[in-house]
Amino acid sequence: MAFFHFKNVKVAGIAAGVPRHIKNNLTCERRISPHYENADFVATTGVIERRSDIELTTSDLCFKAAKQLLADLAWKPEEVDAIVMVSQTLDFIFPATACIMQDKLGCTKECYAEDIQLGCSGWVYGMSNVAALLQNGDIKKALLCVGDARGQYIRPDKEDPLFGSAGTVTALEYEEGSEGIKAHYGTDGGGYEAIIKPNGGARYPITEDSFKEIEIDGKTYTGFTTRMKGMDVFSFGISTAPKSVKRLADKFSFNYLDSDYFIFHQANKKMNDMIVKKLKLPLEKVPNCMPHFGNTSSASIPLTIVAELKGKADNGEKQFMCCGFGVGLSWGTISFKTRDFVISNLVELDSDEHML
Amino acid sequence: MELKDFIENFANQFDDTDASEITATTVFHDLEEWSSLTALSVIGMVDEEYDITLKGADINDAVTVEDLFNTVKAKA
Repeated sequence: MAFFHFKNVKVAGIAAGVPRHIKNNLTCERRISPHYENADFVATTGVIERRSDIELTTSDLCFKAAKQLLADLAWKPEEVDAIVMVSQTLDFIFPATACIMQDKLGCTKECYAEDIQLGCSGWVYGMSNVAALLQNGDIKKALLCVGDARGQYIRPDKEDPLFGSAGTVTALEYEEGSEGIKAHYGTDGGGYEAIIKPNGGARYPITEDSFKEIEIDGKTYTGFTTRMKGMDVFSFGISTAPKSVKRLADKFSFNYLDSDYFIFHQANKKMNDMIVKKLKLPLEKVPNCMPHFGNTSSASIPLTIVAELKGKADNGEKQFMCCGFGVGLSWGTISFKTRDFVISNLVELDSDEHML
Repeated sequence: MELKDFIENFANQFDDTDASEITATTVFHDLEEWSSLTALSVIGMVDEEYDITLKGADINDAVTVEDLFNTVKAKA
């Protein structure tokens, strides 16, 4: 069973980069579905507006956020011994984007760098990867770059109004004696088709047919459009997330209600409301960034911390409970304490601010 | 688990559809207000009231409200 306790690791800081450009789902002219009004979509999903810019990649967003975070932490790039990048919108099929990040940030050639391909659960998984690298003190400082932005085939007029772009960076550090991170993970690959971008990987290579538009239930899809079985994902989220939180607390014998903040993957409002209700959480402990940033995939948990908790969670000791769940199907929950950690100001990017 | 209560809970998921329009034999996919968004509300209601997790296929395969009630009952 995938429970972990990574000791001697602390979260030093979090930053998030988003496009400056805002798209509003209520005022946009395009109708989201022939079956319901845009206002009904907003009422259910909670996504009033989101950040999106077809000129910016995930790495662009992470790169600027990383520079901001390094400056705020007063870390020199050469002190960073590992870069782990988690995304489903990486710069290339290969090489790994984390390798390019090492060079562009000015880290040394002794730096460990790797990409991990996960979505909504990605930040929570990435945290365990980085914590595992740090826990024995072999390396001291690491950056976890997590997020999603523009996809591999761009159709500006067909954008999914649920999703926003964001690239986050979490700085983790070796600290002897620190309580570290407690974690629980789960996977159900039987649901791999519940959220899928079918073409472009090796299973269904790109052909002319990949670009053909087909209509399903009033929406247009190509082989590169994300397909989601909304009802199945909804059932999965409302049942799996509360269980994972409870299992983690049971395993490590603490009361999950003692946490100061509960940050859930920002899936959609209806789903998150159900999860909060099932766990009987006080609403003031559950910040959301969905209304203004949309579902930002793996970036949603750290983005919520940056957008909603700056000036609140960065003072004194705070206990976080964070749960990510979605594409895979994959899920995980982590619990950790912070003390006066750095939350950078939200980093906004213009269309011409690129890493490459 | 009573059919009467289930129908009432089901009808509560609609904003514009009068509760009197919803009976055991209502073909709910044909209701004007029915959409994938209403479906999420129904899944949420079944989870909350009956502690049963419905899948998309359960919703799609049910024709009438009573069909869905029977699905929920079978999983209980």
